[in-house]
Amino acid sequence: MADTVLLKGNEAIAHAAIRIGVDGYFGYPITPQSEILETFCEQKPWETTGMVVLQAESELAAINMVYGGAASGKMVMTSSSSPGVSLKQEGISYMAAAELPCLVVNVQRGGPGLGTIQPSQSDYFQATKGGGHGDYHIIVLAPASVQEMADFVGLAFKLAFQYRTPSLILADGIVGQMMEKVVLPEPRPRRTAEEIIASCPWATTGRTNGRKPNIITSLEMDPHVMENRNLRLQEKYATIREKEVRYEEICCDDAEYLIVAFGSQARIAEKSVETLRQGGIKAGLLRPITLWPFPSEAIARRARQAKGILCVELNSGQMIEDVRLAVRDTLPVRHFGRMGGVVPDPDEVVEALKKEIL
Amino acid sequence: MAKTIGAIVVDTERCKGCNLCAVACPQGVIELSKKRVNHKGYTYAGAVNEDACTGCASCAIVCPDGCITVYRTKQ
Amino acid sequence: MTKEDIIKPENLVYQKPELLNDNPMHYCPGCSHGVVHKLIAEIVEEMGLTDRTIAVSPVGCAVFAYNYVDIDWQEAAHGRAPAVATALKRLWPDRLVFTYQGDGDLACIGTCETIHALNRREHFTIIFINNAIYGMTGGQMAPTTLLGMKTSTCPYGRDVDLHGYPLNITEIAAHLEGTAYVTRQAVHTVAAINRAKKALRKAFEYSMHGIGSNLVEIVSTCSAGWKMSPQSANKWMEEHMFPYYKLGDLKDTGKETEQ
Repeated sequence: MADTVLLKGNEAIAHAAIRIGVDGYFGYPITPQSEILETFCEQKPWETTGMVVLQAESELAAINMVYGGAASGKMVMTSSSSPGVSLKQEGISYMAAAELPCLVVNVQRGGPGLGTIQPSQSDYFQATKGGGHGDYHIIVLAPASVQEMADFVGLAFKLAFQYRTPSLILADGIVGQMMEKVVLPEPRPRRTAEEIIASCPWATTGRTNGRKPNIITSLEMDPHVMENRNLRLQEKYATIREKEVRYEEICCDDAEYLIVAFGSQARIAEKSVETLRQGGIKAGLLRPITLWPFPSEAIARRARQAKGILCVELNSGQMIEDVRLAVRDTLPVRHFGRMGGVVPDPDEVVEALKKEIL
Repeated sequence: MAKTIGAIVVDTERCKGCNLCAVACPQGVIELSKKRVNHKGYTYAGAVNEDACTGCASCAIVCPDGCITVYRTKQ
Repeated sequence: MTKEDIIKPENLVYQKPELLNDNPMHYCPGCSHGVVHKLIAEIVEEMGLTDRTIAVSPVGCAVFAYNYVDIDWQEAAHGRAPAVATALKRLWPDRLVFTYQGDGDLACIGTCETIHALNRREHFTIIFINNAIYGMTGGQMAPTTLLGMKTSTCPYGRDVDLHGYPLNITEIAAHLEGTAYVTRQAVHTVAAINRAKKALRKAFEYSMHGIGSNLVEIVSTCSAGWKMSPQSANKWMEEHMFPYYKLGDLKDTGKETEQ
């Protein structure tokens, strides 16, 4: 029987991870995501599933612990909030390069710098454009509910292992802190060592059965070999772009005015769409669920029938660049957002749409 | 009493001519080649005073590149 | 008896370990790395752990260690090897896990990871090659560069007013409650190599038996970085490095734990 419980988004992440058989979590406290680490420590999964939980000495150490675990075929994850995720970029770049599966959770807070502990979506660029050094992408999932916080843990790992690449859950302080009813995933056991060795023949598990050594590295001194490594990554990204785009459409079928918003802002915009429709304005909401790969085609398709697009983001306008690329100046695309931890209410979005597009 | 005698085989292509084997040899058996070089351009180690070798393996133990194989027997 | 009579399989007394493969090592002539690689290969073979060893290589000259010793390797970001190894050992507790790090990697950029992994008593071994210089990047000042020693970034000698003191991180490690075995060795003579091998073996055994964390420093030469012949570098090391970085065991709690 499915377990329905009332949880914070952050707590849901930890509970879901334990239940789906994650092998290791390595974290470091930072507001507004510390409940993830705290929930793991309180749940003591090392006594039940055998999951390893460790509070690392820094975000840098935590992400490199994830590197070590991922390179040995284990399901491992870390979480942090914006300033901490900046520190993790080194490790994420190494893992993208070495083609290692893992889950990183970013419960965003306002920046730049130390910023604020209040919610924000200003790490969109960092999350979707690579984030660290070098040519790479990671899969980015944007949950808009506590249910999705729980569900995306499994989805993120599925995609990470399928494509051997890091996955990122890009949440924000609202989704992390709010409490909702959530159905947790069915418990399943952690994979055994034998299962890992069989399913991850590339992993450094020790030279079992006398196989050749496995080496996990991102270093190549021969430029042609390195270029081929890059080409292989790009090929993989092309496949992900083709197959893994996810989005949700609300009232889009006859929409003349389209709102594009993700995560917590999609929840607010959904209410705005309702208000606009009550006022006779045919508005619709397109919510990207994967921020990378971005639902460009879906947005372009809806744009053909629309008179204007409003991008609602908790930042100064980041996703709007991808929306503009998708529709190529065929209609007005405007931004509405608040910064510094200020969260708009649905009426502000309604007013913004009327002012900017109508 | 039987005398211990030894011999070494140097992988001269692997050798980088660091000379640490010659320094370590207690019998003065080893010297670097004077003019000949391997394909990397290094002068390389070899036994020039073969009869003095006791097969103690000092040269091989200190060799950073694992170039030397040592044999020992009694005469 | 001719040379041919002696060179027979039954008379073999020493050859490079099988785990040290035939790839030519990129290290400079006389580099200490080669000797330590050889010792690791020998010990892993002797302990019968070829199929259960996972090693972590650093950034620095030993970044390519994975090309030479035929075991599973992960190449870590600069300084992060102890963090990588922490997760590895906790997730695979029956494996032999060790990191192999230079002075820049371990004692400068990775100081935080090093200290914390050691103090958490992670059950792996850190092998620390200290040649007091950044070798791979061309001979810059390291945290362990001696006062007065010249490098490309302290070309007039390390000056305490400018650069502070050399960091004796192994001494610090010995004071941490989490460490079981902390030792400082060298590989410049047959006797030193034999002692270093015993030390490494002990550290590996402690790691497998879960007796605290272990740090084996190997005071090493960098003849290219020091701009000396390998032979002179060994002599210089004895005269200048050993007085500051004294050889021997700094701590061994494993003995008591075993009883």
